[in-house]
Amino acid sequence: MRALGQIEERLGELLDAAPSAAHAAELLRLGEEVLEHWVAAHGQRPTEELREGFRLLALHRQGALDEPSFNACRETCRELVYHYNLLISEPDRSDAGRRALMMARLANHLYLFVAGKLQVSQLGEFCCASRPLRAQADGPG
Amino acid sequence: MSKSKADKYRKVAYYPGCALEGTGHAYDRSTRQVGKALGLDLVEVPNWNCCGAMEAKNIDPKVQTYLSSRIMSITANKMGMDVVMAPCNGCYHNLKKAEYDLAHDPKSAEVVGQLAGKAGETAYQAGQVESIHALEWIKSAIGEEGLRERIRGGLKGLRVANYYGCMYTRPRHIFPEKDAGPGSESTAKPHFMDDLLAAAGAQNVEFALKTACCGGAHTLSDSDMSTRLVLNILQAAEAAGAEVIATECPTCHSGLEMHQVRAEKRFGKKTQVKIVYFTQLLGIALGLSPRKVGLHENVSDGLAALKRRGAA
Repeated sequence: MRALGQIEERLGELLDAAPSAAHAAELLRLGEEVLEHWVAAHGQRPTEELREGFRLLALHRQGALDEPSFNACRETCRELVYHYNLLISEPDRSDAGRRALMMARLANHLYLFVAGKLQVSQLGEFCCASRPLRAQADGPG
Repeated sequence: MSKSKADKYRKVAYYPGCALEGTGHAYDRSTRQVGKALGLDLVEVPNWNCCGAMEAKNIDPKVQTYLSSRIMSITANKMGMDVVMAPCNGCYHNLKKAEYDLAHDPKSAEVVGQLAGKAGETAYQAGQVESIHALEWIKSAIGEEGLRERIRGGLKGLRVANYYGCMYTRPRHIFPEKDAGPGSESTAKPHFMDDLLAAAGAQNVEFALKTACCGGAHTLSDSDMSTRLVLNILQAAEAAGAEVIATECPTCHSGLEMHQVRAEKRFGKKTQVKIVYFTQLLGIALGLSPRKVGLHENVSDGLAALKRRGAA
């Protein structure tokens, strides 16, 4: 698993260079690596299982357990898979470049969301469906 | 016999919320104007309060439940109405969450009862009121066909990316009416705004980030991250071919507008796509003037994009 900074750098390169259908697998892998960071940061071993045929979706599910706010990136993950399927099934379509660019934007969004969420994890939840800090401060009961 | 949704939503209680009195004033203005143009009645909830937004929720969620339930209590017990419409995603989300909590958590009901008692008010009982968003209001009361009949001029093929933000559909369990078969809204791929704007003559682009997080909650504590999330959304909309991003939430809208400016200043990344409330676009399509729907109040110059298309 690459460091987050390396993932960011590679995504930047792909976005600047206008990605193509040939980058679909790499973009999907980058998305998986982003989620691996999230899972590992929570003391778990990133799953190797598949969900609906994709490890990315299995990793998202693993990352969202007991963290409902993590579902804020659920659709981003599903769209990433959807764009991967589009690019793999129709790599020669005239708008394949646009689809690949959208897939890169999706992977970038997943990176920004997770990286930001990791940065502020000590401050509270990143999104609005947050678990109250009070609950943590007060402890159980 | 129960009233149809179209009849039921013709006259609803209106809860603008705090943002629509400030940064989202153009949304309030265009919502009222579009309602009027469509023959729909909005009756503002008297003496309304903040829904609890994110701040109260993070300190004590039951206080937020009470604050939101008070809006619904006034609607039911003082106004004698059974539908309240909130155009802001945050308000809408909080009303739905309060409804869910009161129906499923006896402790929440007990706390709300105590706080309402102290305030000398009638406590809200789950099920008294239906809370809806402005999208559902227009979609159900008028619908695409009704809208097409009333369009004057239309949006002339304006290419629009519809951005719903993250609170309109999440978490799914507080929106039991969504994902409920044909005609209902989808939490995975919402489409009500797409449907209405297509009926008004827009050309919707395929936009993969329509429910993606814009970092709105951390716009002050981590501005750079919010700016980068927003920039990615703006660049994705441009990559999809959009001239305009349509919004349906004042927080999302002002976040997109402000971080568009900040992205240029801070990161030197300029984007051209304009940000316009869906009610402003509907108003223009209905023949209302740009001023009437508050386009001059936007930071982003949506009027230029509309003029280029000959829609305004």
